[in-house]
Amino acid sequence: MNARFTGTDSYIATEDLMMAVNAAITLARPLLIKGEPGTGKTQLAQEIAGSLGCPLYEWHIKSTSKAQQGLYEYDAVSRLRDSQLGDARVHDIRNYILKGRLWEAFESEVRPVLLIDEIDKADIEFPNDLLRELDRMEFYVYETRELIKARHRPIILITSNNEKELPDAFLRRCFFHYIRFPDAATMRSIVDVHFPGLKKELLSEALTVFFEVRDTPGLKKKPSTSELLDWIKLLLAEDIDPAVLRGADAKKTIPILHGALLKNEQDVHLFEQLVFLNRRSR
Amino acid sequence: MLVNFFFELRRSGVPATVTEFLTLLEALRERVAWASAQEFYYLARLCLVKDERHFDRFDRVFAETFEGAEKLFEQLAAQIPAEWLRALGERTLSEEEKRKIEALGGWEKLLETLRERLREQKERHQGGNKWIGTGGTSPFGANGFNPEGIRIGQQGSRNRRAVKVWDQREYRNFDDSVELGTRNMKMALRKLRKFAREGAPDLLDLDGTIDATARNAGLLDLKLVAERRNAVKVLLFLDVGGSMDDHVRICDELFSAARSEFKHLVHFYFHNFLYENVWQDNRLRSAAMTPTTQVLRTYTNDYRVIFVGDATMSPYEIVQPGGSVDHWNKEAGAVWMQRLCARFPRFVWLNPEPVDRWEYTSSVRIIRELIGERMFPVTLAGLDSAISELRRPLTRAAPVSVGATYPPAGEPPEAPRF
Repeated sequence: MNARFTGTDSYIATEDLMMAVNAAITLARPLLIKGEPGTGKTQLAQEIAGSLGCPLYEWHIKSTSKAQQGLYEYDAVSRLRDSQLGDARVHDIRNYILKGRLWEAFESEVRPVLLIDEIDKADIEFPNDLLRELDRMEFYVYETRELIKARHRPIILITSNNEKELPDAFLRRCFFHYIRFPDAATMRSIVDVHFPGLKKELLSEALTVFFEVRDTPGLKKKPSTSELLDWIKLLLAEDIDPAVLRGADAKKTIPILHGALLKNEQDVHLFEQLVFLNRRSR
Repeated sequence: MLVNFFFELRRSGVPATVTEFLTLLEALRERVAWASAQEFYYLARLCLVKDERHFDRFDRVFAETFEGAEKLFEQLAAQIPAEWLRALGERTLSEEEKRKIEALGGWEKLLETLRERLREQKERHQGGNKWIGTGGTSPFGANGFNPEGIRIGQQGSRNRRAVKVWDQREYRNFDDSVELGTRNMKMALRKLRKFAREGAPDLLDLDGTIDATARNAGLLDLKLVAERRNAVKVLLFLDVGGSMDDHVRICDELFSAARSEFKHLVHFYFHNFLYENVWQDNRLRSAAMTPTTQVLRTYTNDYRVIFVGDATMSPYEIVQPGGSVDHWNKEAGAVWMQRLCARFPRFVWLNPEPVDRWEYTSSVRIIRELIGERMFPVTLAGLDSAISELRRPLTRAAPVSVGATYPPAGEPPEAPRF
């Protein structure tokens, strides 16, 4: 149980995030991760699994997901169809029990990492239906009358985009960590990890422009880390000179290749208006 | 020590429970954090706080418990520069209130004394939990009884007599996280649900399947239909600030319940009454206004509209152009209200003030005339009748009956007409 997570070559974890992950590992409680979109919530699970060498089970939640689907599903329709066709499989109900991600994780030979991604997309009752399963790490299969118990308590990561409030009873059972938007220094090391050969000036100019764009009041969708990385990739591909960026003070012109940073037309429009005002006031 | 910390957290409104506290102790026993204040801080936050909205409160309690209060006080002094206070005061105080201040020797003098007091005061005032001092009778501080007091950092108006609050709370966004007591409201709002089949067909249509299978000579033929979803659309207009301070809690609850109940919910804020602009984020109030005309254009008339406000203001704010307390409005609020009502025929006004006080406030009377008896109290019964009003189908013969046009015919011509 002494494996400690300290970030990886491709993932920069802040001190408090490391603490959160390690506490979740040590006490075997689920860890709920919130934060702006694009701050690497989903990626965290992959990185933990990678650095600790555990298998990763991902359960992506949609608005139609039910808690039961994570445990198992009884495919009654196939069984009915098989019975009409006289298939021999029909006599054993086990053939029609489809295992869910949670069951698979419970059966894992070594301690696995289980990612429950975007839990807030599901129905309001979804988290409540998983309370006992996450608490005791066991559930009961009614059709075959067996109790499924986890061999090793999985490291459970749950991400949320804050679209719905999660119930208190559920929150009480989790650790909670909010991934803050990285400050300039952390951002520099993140970019460094992704683009090791990046020229110093280009990076600092790009970051300045980026944080200026983020600080614009009233933006509908603020650009996030993953958008910054995309943008830098574009800048590199186009081989942009840092001097061009420096001239492109966000207060006076729209940053080049802004399509990677601003993702809806109202924001672009707002930006153009601000730029226009700034030019006039000069 | 930690037990005190725990209770202090709960007192300051961080909803930590015993289980979570025990988890923290367990983690400490397991040496997840060891001999480092920084690590302990991260760990305690991880275990006890389950919502980023509470981080700030947690930080404040943490600092107070583990470092003493001096830092907090310095922070406060830095936080309220006099210029800002004056600007805020001039913007939000009514004429009457300003006169009251004059009577006390003037705003300048009051501020001057406060500034001096801030400089002199080196340690925290006893009997309080934060800011300058609480529970006293000095004109400065919170929860006190001096009618001329400047209130700093009090949670809500206690006597409704202090000059003005410059707490952040005044214009903060409604906290939609209030879970306690919202269950009932959710149940009431749930009645507004209107289901329609939407999205991918992934539900077994039993009747259709039986029918098709029978036609198919008993060979199974599955029929699927789309799931029924709540298709009702709601526009919520919320009054903030000023006299609504008394009702913050109930508005929080209402907002929280509505947000989790409706998929298509759009909210706007207004102050006292509706004019040419509304806004969606109180912190960006001046930066990101939405023109009311845009609201009228954007949303279709199948949106149900819920106004939430205490409707308590000077009648001029409704019927006179330029009557608004914050800005110069070209057209009277009543005109804007009638436009909204004409656009969205299904609307109600929820008033958190108790019903028996309504008839004593003339502005409430005017609004009720304006919207035609569609004002309901924020009680469960009131919500119920409001919902049944909103559920009424759009089949009335008269296009829109929005109550009387204000003012009635025969009034002087300069009064606004629509």
